[in-house]
Amino acid sequence: MSAAIYSTRKKIKTLIISKDMGGQAALSSDVENYLGFHMITGAELAQKFETHLRDFEDIELVRGEEVSAIKKKSKKFIVQTLGGKAYEGKTVLITSGKVPRKLGIPGEEKYRGRGVTYCATCDAPLFSGKDVAVIGGGNAALDAAWQLTKIAKSIQLVTNGEHFKKADQVLFGKIRESKKVTIYYHVTTSRIDGDAFVQSMEIKNAKTEKFHVQGVFIEIGSIPATQYLNNFIKLNQWQEIVINERNETSVKGVYAAGDVTSVPEKQVIVAAGEGAKAALMEFDYLAKRKA
Amino acid sequence: MQITIYSTPTCPYCKMAKAFFDEQKIAYENIDVSVDHPKTEEMIQKSGQMGVPVIDMDGEIIIGFDRAKIEAILKK
Repeated sequence: MSAAIYSTRKKIKTLIISKDMGGQAALSSDVENYLGFHMITGAELAQKFETHLRDFEDIELVRGEEVSAIKKKSKKFIVQTLGGKAYEGKTVLITSGKVPRKLGIPGEEKYRGRGVTYCATCDAPLFSGKDVAVIGGGNAALDAAWQLTKIAKSIQLVTNGEHFKKADQVLFGKIRESKKVTIYYHVTTSRIDGDAFVQSMEIKNAKTEKFHVQGVFIEIGSIPATQYLNNFIKLNQWQEIVINERNETSVKGVYAAGDVTSVPEKQVIVAAGEGAKAALMEFDYLAKRKA
Repeated sequence: MQITIYSTPTCPYCKMAKAFFDEQKIAYENIDVSVDHPKTEEMIQKSGQMGVPVIDMDGEIIIGFDRAKIEAILKK
């Protein structure tokens, strides 16, 4: 959104294609380090960004569409969407952020939204009085487990790692003390089963164990949303788009900014600044191309 | 038009959905499914899934805050 505002203020004809405006920032619980706001929820901050964006009537917004491919066609780029539409531009600025990492096990996709969830902040309250599992070995998993101790009947916290060494130890201590939580270390989750909704989950280490759960919270981090780029652009070993200090990618005319890129530190304020910089670099490129 | 939003207090997309209708000055009924369990079941029945928000616009069910779909229904 920051890129679009900078872009339109440079009189570049700007189109945003977005499945869900706000991205990861919208899912942050409390933001306490965005300049000008002592404390604001991610959702409110994202809403403020969008309200600001809508002041610029020249920005065209295609909402609810997901990009499926970007192709180069002579001097232009064609951006295709899953809905079968195609948009043309002289330049492209990619800011697709990150998406939740998946386990890739049987039942995960089938029961997504039917007991399997990647957003504890959104869905935890729906599991009041139910038996649930949380999968993950970091702070996100601990956060989810902690939220659920106030709501669920029982929580199986499952990690394939060791004792949450890198996570918040204060929070980990509180969870360890909770009688509702059972923690399993060095185990992998092998499948999720059910009928219309989740009924059980299977874990493996030396032996296989099955839990009866109605909810499975998957909190195993996030990955850059670059799957749709399919060899179009250079990615690093973490599947991030490789950019230089001018936000240029390996393809001339294609820029990238924010969490989807190789820029260190994934923060809302960093992404907003990078978006602004990328738009200015894009403007510079277009101006030189014209000349 | 009768609009019902099934939401939880902490869900960011629920907040966005409510803010959208507030901005448009369109009235809706908000149901907090974290406390109203019979309504949770109603939401699951209507949408066939357990994620929030679920928005019921005169019987048309929208899962998640899909602004494009909402705007399309409002334009009808």
